Amino acid sequence: MRRIKAALFVASLGPLAYLIWLGFTGGLGADPVEFIRRSTGTWTLDFLIITLSMTPLRRMTGWHWLARLRRMFGLYAFFYAVIHVVTYLWLDQLFDLETIWRDVIKRPLIAAGFLSFVLMIPLAATSTDRMARRLGGKRWQQLHRAVYAVAIAGVIHFWWLVKLDYTRPLLYSMIFGCLLLARFVYRFRRNAPAIPTVQSAARMRDGRAGSV
Amino acid sequence: MLIRKPSDIEPSEITDRALYQNRRAFIKSAGAAALTAGLPGWFAAEAAIPGKIALPPIRKSAYSTNEPLNSLKDITGYINFYEFGTDKYSPAVLAKSLRTRPWTVRVSGEVKRPKTFEVDELIKLAPLEERTYRLRCVEAWSMVIPWIGYPIAELIKRLEPTGNAKYVEFTTLHDPDQMPGQRAFFGSLDWPYVEGLRMDEAMHPLAILGFGLYGEVLPNQNGAPVRVVVPWKYGFKSAKSIVGIRFVEKQPLNSWQKANSREYGFYSNVNPTVDHPRWSQATERRIGDFFKRKTLMFNGYAEQVAHLYAGMDLRKYY
Repeated sequence: MRRIKAALFVASLGPLAYLIWLGFTGGLGADPVEFIRRSTGTWTLDFLIITLSMTPLRRMTGWHWLARLRRMFGLYAFFYAVIHVVTYLWLDQLFDLETIWRDVIKRPLIAAGFLSFVLMIPLAATSTDRMARRLGGKRWQQLHRAVYAVAIAGVIHFWWLVKLDYTRPLLYSMIFGCLLLARFVYRFRRNAPAIPTVQSAARMRDGRAGSV
Repeated sequence: MLIRKPSDIEPSEITDRALYQNRRAFIKSAGAAALTAGLPGWFAAEAAIPGKIALPPIRKSAYSTNEPLNSLKDITGYINFYEFGTDKYSPAVLAKSLRTRPWTVRVSGEVKRPKTFEVDELIKLAPLEERTYRLRCVEAWSMVIPWIGYPIAELIKRLEPTGNAKYVEFTTLHDPDQMPGQRAFFGSLDWPYVEGLRMDEAMHPLAILGFGLYGEVLPNQNGAPVRVVVPWKYGFKSAKSIVGIRFVEKQPLNSWQKANSREYGFYSNVNPTVDHPRWSQATERRIGDFFKRKTLMFNGYAEQVAHLYAGMDLRKYY
């Protein structure tokens, strides 16, 4: 498990390493800033997909250790989002807070991306074991359901960015749609034998089986 | 992050400076490029220069800007040309399938002398000039490009439009066999691509028919063999690879307006004070720069063209 996690940790740095390598070999194309922004934006969505796949995958395969990768992938989504946002704040707006704020309130495109990013901040900040303990399992879990809002706002941001060719936003919407649908299916299939997680096992002990 | 290698050009080579500089940089990075394979179009762009069809002698023009030129690689590699795909790197690769000879341009509509021109006849119609223009894309990036062509007015004068000719409509080739982007069944424009200008706009000396760039014949991906270049309007107004010029009384419905009339109008003048509904037009990134710069009214050509729009509400006529 430890080794798998370490390997995945390194692999998740791959996109960044690739960008840096392309940067030094002149491979970022005519508009490197745009290239970096596009790729970090899609990697944010990709890591959100990976993060949200962990629970359905665990349910399907019964591999409980997948639950322990969820946090790492979620933090990688945040990591690529930070790079994405910094290119906008710095290279486009030169950290001019007034212009940035005007952009956010005036343009739904920016607002959706901004909302998605801002919602990620408390999730990243409370991702440690210590914060989870401090908040208590139930409240922590409630807070972290905001990840669904992060994903939805992120995909809307992608839709609004496109001029005409909606192929990729549509693809991402369908993937996120399936991942959300999976949650509803698990929620309403109460009779199905659920595979217990650490939390749900604890709940079952307390006689509160069958949620989420 | 983009590391530019220092130039090792002899002063004697200065005439073809940009071309050679580019080729050398290209050769140097070719090894690495082959490995990256991420942006084949951008690296392959240079190979797409035909250069076989010679252009008549070219004059300099007082309308040219002396701002630093974008590299041939960027100009021929980073392009919106939806007939060859919706991303900016694919036209350089996919436009190889375009056959630019034989090529005719049919002039029709409200003219006394309707005529179908062979493109080589069209090239020789008026003296060619080098026009180095700023190009501002509606997506908020820009370039400086040394076009070769002559004013559209030169052609219009010879055609003798009738009194009913209020607008000029330009039509791009529609041939899905040669233009893979036209085979897409989803997420693209209606074909053929149509653009238009008001008669006085088309007659303006800045508006040209383009036949070449950087001293050579237009590469396919840049709209070969003949295109429109209107430097004070967003790039999509400059139709590429045109096969039809029609003089009409009613304002043409241009392709982008047809696709989304709320976001794209007929005039589409570069205007930093009228934003695209979804993004700001106040600034732009000049390709090659890291930071954005301010966008100029009419793309910096206000002195020459502002009078065309005197008294018009440019928020309404975007």
